[in-house]
Amino acid sequence: MLRASNLREHDMTSPGDLELNRRDLMVAAAATAAVASAPSGAGAQPAAAAAVRAPSKATVSMMVNGEARRLVDLDTRTTLLDALRESLQMPGTKKGCDHGQCGACTVIVDGRRINSCLSLAVMHEGESVTTIEGLGTPDNLHAMQAAFVKHDGYQCGYCTPGQICSAVAVLDEIKAGVPSHVTADLTAASYDPTADEIRERMSGNICRCGAYSNIVDAMSEVAGRRA
Amino acid sequence: MKAFSFSRASTPAEAAASAQRIEGAKFVAGGTNLLDLMKLEIETPTHLIDVSKLKLDTIEATAEGGLRIGAMVRNTDLAADARVRKDYALLSRALLAGASGQLRNKATTAGNLLQRTRCPYFYDTNQPCNKRSPGSGCSAIGGFTRMLGVVGVSDACIATNPSDMAIAMRALDAVVETVSPEGATRAIPIAELHRLPGDTPHIETVLTPGELITAVTLPKPVGGKHVYRKVRDRASYAFALISVGAIVQPDGSGRVAVGGVAPKPWRVEAAEKEMVRGAKAVTDGLFAGANPTHENAFKLTLVQRTLDAVLTEARG
Ligand SMILES: Cc1cc2nc3c(=O)[nH]c(=O)nc-3n(C[C@H](O)[C@H](O)[C@H](O)COP(=O)(O)OP(=O)(O)OC[C@H]3O[C@@H](n4cnc5c(N)ncnc54)[C@H](O)[C@@H]3O)c2cc1C
Ligand code: SF4
Repeated sequence: MLRASNLREHDMTSPGDLELNRRDLMVAAAATAAVASAPSGAGAQPAAAAAVRAPSKATVSMMVNGEARRLVDLDTRTTLLDALRESLQMPGTKKGCDHGQCGACTVIVDGRRINSCLSLAVMHEGESVTTIEGLGTPDNLHAMQAAFVKHDGYQCGYCTPGQICSAVAVLDEIKAGVPSHVTADLTAASYDPTADEIRERMSGNICRCGAYSNIVDAMSEVAGRRA
Repeated sequence: MKAFSFSRASTPAEAAASAQRIEGAKFVAGGTNLLDLMKLEIETPTHLIDVSKLKLDTIEATAEGGLRIGAMVRNTDLAADARVRKDYALLSRALLAGASGQLRNKATTAGNLLQRTRCPYFYDTNQPCNKRSPGSGCSAIGGFTRMLGVVGVSDACIATNPSDMAIAMRALDAVVETVSPEGATRAIPIAELHRLPGDTPHIETVLTPGELITAVTLPKPVGGKHVYRKVRDRASYAFALISVGAIVQPDGSGRVAVGGVAPKPWRVEAAEKEMVRGAKAVTDGLFAGANPTHENAFKLTLVQRTLDAVLTEARG
């Protein structure tokens, strides 16, 4: 039984939790009995849903902004976002909706932008993560960071790290020939970073202050076009 | 989120076998749907099997002149593939109309096909929902139904399948390849993958416990003009109210599949035979036996008008 063995491992690493874990183990065992009689069709809810389960721990290594980082004793539930903010104490990446809807948590993993809130840290073993802290520093801004400052591409600034990570990756996507919903000719060899292309491709980054038009200006400047 | 143990599968067969062996286990691919539902404790797996690193991430030509798309190919890569853009443009268009750039970078072919409904009551764990908790009742029936289904629905559930990609796959006659926990493989036509709700809306596909999707194959290209039109409340980054995916041939014949209206990608082969007669004739056949509510009956008209516009565009 996988869960029981995880519990044992956990007991040994943190003996102080022993009391709690014994109780969890009993609840989990009762739930397992219930599961056996529950329908197992796709989508059926295991009866274990209501049970308290002991956390399962894992170790994960990844490159973060060019530095090798190792996270030990990490609860498997930890999202990449929480690993960055809480475990690694890098609060630049922001938590907005925590459900992949707002884009505040956007980071670049192996060259691609993703929502770090909808990804488990343990699924990024060996991968390379770039956050806003890794793009530039206050005295040595990335061109996109400088353009956001110049064009006022923010007001409160909360969505800005995600906007900038997304913006950098969007220009790379256009350069790599990835089409978008507004691309007229799917078979064209290359695409121009027009304002329409930028707006469509940035739609996964919400800005409650409504700095959108200034963000388009900033990105257009970096892309080498006038907005 | 409920605690879960985690493992990484090294082969598809091993993944399937583990999924059957470990009670309450689920596969995780991009995680963009599953983790969302786990945070809400709508999904509560005891164990996750990471299938994202399986070598199922390539798109290859088949001997029949079609394409074999690995189950773990990312939505972005599938939409950007030169062969897909040229010969299966409907698929590129449908993918690009869905979600956001960030999400498409993670979302996989298999995960997209198996994403769950966006019915607001399914997401609200304080409300009864037969899909989330079988036998508890359906809060949508008699509730707010503007976004919900009009055809293929039942007295137990009127939810829709939210996938854009699946609409294109259905029109393209895609076939889903799987491996079972015993190591047996089978090929399921996309038309048969998703089940209608009947009185068991929690059982959404014909996949058996532990069965892993390994690939989706497309038959050789059928030519024609490919158009995907999605009607939604925002111009970008919103689920479909309705969508129409069509392949129209120079002689006016063609295929059409519709999204946002049913528990599965909705295509009626007999109805599309009427395509030369225009959108109304096709829509009448598509929606024979439809059972809309007063809040979503507009979808029938909206599909007809959208199809009319699509046919005009395709012939223009
Ligand atoms: C904010 C937001 C907006 C969105 N908008 C849209 C939209 O407009 N249109 C649209 O179509 N979609 C939209 N989506 C949904 C998105 O497309 C899906 O979340 C995504 O395609 C799921 O793929 P995944 O690989 O991340 O799946 P996962 O979340 O990893 O898995 C989904 C399901 O598939 C199962 N699974 C995964 N791989 C396999 C396999 N190989 N074999 C068997 N089972 C498997 C998992 O166990 C799970 O049950 C949106 C999502 C979000 C969060
Ligand atoms: S329509 Fe289906 S998913 Fe929505 S509340 Fe009813 S049973 Fe649940």
